[in-house]
Amino acid sequence: MFNTASTTPEKLLQMVAALLLFAAVMGVILFFAGRLGGKRHEKWVGYLYLLPVVLMLTFGLVYPGLRTIYESFFDAAGKAFVGIDNYKTIFTDDDQLTVLRNTVLWVVITPFLATGIGLLYAILVDKSRFESFAKALIFLPMSISFVAASVIWKFMYEYRPDQANVKQIGLINQVIVWLGGKPVQLLIESPLNTFLLIIVMIWIQAGFAMTVLSAAIKAIPDDIVEAARLDGVNAWTMFRNITVPSVRPTIVVVLTTIGIGTLKVFDVVRTMTGGNFKTSVVANEFYSQTFRADNQGLGAALAVLLFILVIPVVAYNIRQVRRSEAR
Amino acid sequence: MFGQPTSPRSRVVLASTLSAGLIFSVAACGGSKDSGSSGSSGASASAIDCAPYTKFGDLKGKTVSIYTGIVTPEDTPHINSYKPFEQCTGVTVKYDGDKSFETQILVRAKAGNPPDLAIVPQPGLLKQLVATGKAVAAPPETEANVDKFWSKDWKAYGTVDGKFYAAPLGASVKSLVWYSPADFKEGNYQIPTTLDELKALSDKMVADKKMPWCAGIASGDATGWPVTDWMEDFMLRLYGPETYDKWVNHQIPFNGPESTAALDAVGAYLKNPAYVNGGLGDVKSIASTTFQDGGLPILDGTCMMHRQASFYAANWPKDKKVAQDGDVFAFYLPGKDASTKPVLGGGEFVLSFADRPEVKAFQTYLSSDTWANIKAKQGSGWVSANKGLDQANLTSPIDKLAASILSDPKATFRFDGSDQMPAAVGSDSFWKQATAWITGQDTKTTVDNIEKSWPK
Repeated sequence: MFNTASTTPEKLLQMVAALLLFAAVMGVILFFAGRLGGKRHEKWVGYLYLLPVVLMLTFGLVYPGLRTIYESFFDAAGKAFVGIDNYKTIFTDDDQLTVLRNTVLWVVITPFLATGIGLLYAILVDKSRFESFAKALIFLPMSISFVAASVIWKFMYEYRPDQANVKQIGLINQVIVWLGGKPVQLLIESPLNTFLLIIVMIWIQAGFAMTVLSAAIKAIPDDIVEAARLDGVNAWTMFRNITVPSVRPTIVVVLTTIGIGTLKVFDVVRTMTGGNFKTSVVANEFYSQTFRADNQGLGAALAVLLFILVIPVVAYNIRQVRRSEAR
Repeated sequence: MFGQPTSPRSRVVLASTLSAGLIFSVAACGGSKDSGSSGSSGASASAIDCAPYTKFGDLKGKTVSIYTGIVTPEDTPHINSYKPFEQCTGVTVKYDGDKSFETQILVRAKAGNPPDLAIVPQPGLLKQLVATGKAVAAPPETEANVDKFWSKDWKAYGTVDGKFYAAPLGASVKSLVWYSPADFKEGNYQIPTTLDELKALSDKMVADKKMPWCAGIASGDATGWPVTDWMEDFMLRLYGPETYDKWVNHQIPFNGPESTAALDAVGAYLKNPAYVNGGLGDVKSIASTTFQDGGLPILDGTCMMHRQASFYAANWPKDKKVAQDGDVFAFYLPGKDASTKPVLGGGEFVLSFADRPEVKAFQTYLSSDTWANIKAKQGSGWVSANKGLDQANLTSPIDKLAASILSDPKATFRFDGSDQMPAAVGSDSFWKQATAWITGQDTKTTVDNIEKSWPK
């Protein structure tokens, strides 16, 4: 039963077994919670209900997390203690420094551009005649998986040589050829390729930013907007002094959410370049070190680094969400 | 469903129903799975000599499980080739194909839940599995078969620390160059028999205003591996099998003079703008062309030659004939001189985790010439270095060519080196650095970086 299922009926059977196991556990908890009736035991009933979540978090998150931190101080095979050597490697090795540089580029560029484009778009289409259609257009990429989006963009960037009888099949290079240029190896030329990958992420995330910000803009009380209009503000002042301050908490949430997503970016890089041609980022490098290079220590150290980088953003995000909820 | 039931009784009922359901489902899962042998027919039920296998005892009703990474559709010929053995002995062979074999087999062996037999595609993995302490040495009957039907090179790859564990099964030849027989005839080009002739041929093609070579090394996250094959082939040709083994086992450094010269020799082809990349672009386009597309320009006549393993045969469009008199065929990548014949390739080995008689009997069957010939008749795309294999039983010309290269008495077989190097090199830095090398990094930096990544 706990072996790898290979046929469809086996897989279905395993799924049913898992569901039943879940139901059985819930049944047992409900049973005991029922036995502990009465006011006196209320607190204990509460703890009992918390138990599954606490257990799952402990074994599924806390334990692996601590274990990863522990392993990051060991060598490739996870046997000999090496102190902070793995971290030293990350901050001194040429390849790893390229990885860090790329991650910084991703995190600095993606959230701001995606949010900026989303905000601008939300304001431009707000209350226009084609609002829902225009929104649907930019929202569509959101519903495509990262891998699918990467495959689409890989075709956009595709290169064919500048030769007789050879036709370009990538849109970007075709445009370059139409303009009289020579086709470029878009995904190979560094650092251009990293920026081209970032565009894919922005393309996906701008829709998310636009949707959330558009809702926030619509929530701005009409009287404020009207009062400003009566005062005769121009579009720019309206944007600077009314719209942006009103949706500021939402902007921060959108920025940080995209920021976290960008820190973890993996699918886009892996699908489009596999981390080759100097495009690797921390999440991708962590995967290839752990599972391909069999260097568990360095892999764990990269995972820990990613964890440390995400913490402040997550903390800030939660504080902002709380603050806006408190209003 | 999980709302608070009202009476204590209904709660008990709910809980016990759920628990009972769990028990039943566990019981239901306990049943065995049989995804293999009892399937399709159409096997060559040709009678075989049962004596070698029945002498292991009465095996009727016994079961042998075999675990492999060979999945649909290549599994059917395998399953069918087991039938004569099953008919002889009454043993049921349970075939379990799994795409994630290479990671799962280690997990299963370490967890104490290994299959009876595993088809292991790499000597490095074989060593790792033997190191778990769960593997069992091959029975003397199997070893006798291997001594009789395989060369010493092959037996050595199935041997760990002086003990013979695993008999070879299939094989593939990597030292092949694909070409168009029609284009060669038209240009009056001769198949080269030495490396110098290969170079001269390439230059002659350039003089004829043709692009001699095309290549592609993109392969998802394994991008770069075709370059490692090129380099291994040249290491083997320029310095011979002994130095090659030292290089693979890191007894000589990766940034030593041999490595550097071998990579430079590859560079004389792959990084020579006059030679590449026919129909695909400049040198850098090798990095962005998938290995599947790398040889296709041969069909358009925009490229003359493409170095790739025998399995590339499956890559040509269905309507193209892969034969000496067809649209495309391959020749052996020549040795330094005509007298040496180093062959780079790959293959599989059958490792046992159980010493029950039925397992030994089946292991012996798989190492026999009988099985190799039955398997060969099951369809194209498979060869073995088994000397008992009758080449007349192979159906496709490219399989015949591969088998004739493998069985050549002058041939020295060497296994793909990157498959035997530690993962940090063989499936990471070697690929990555080779890719960087194609896109412009110099040879010295490349070999230095690979040397640096070798685990201490």
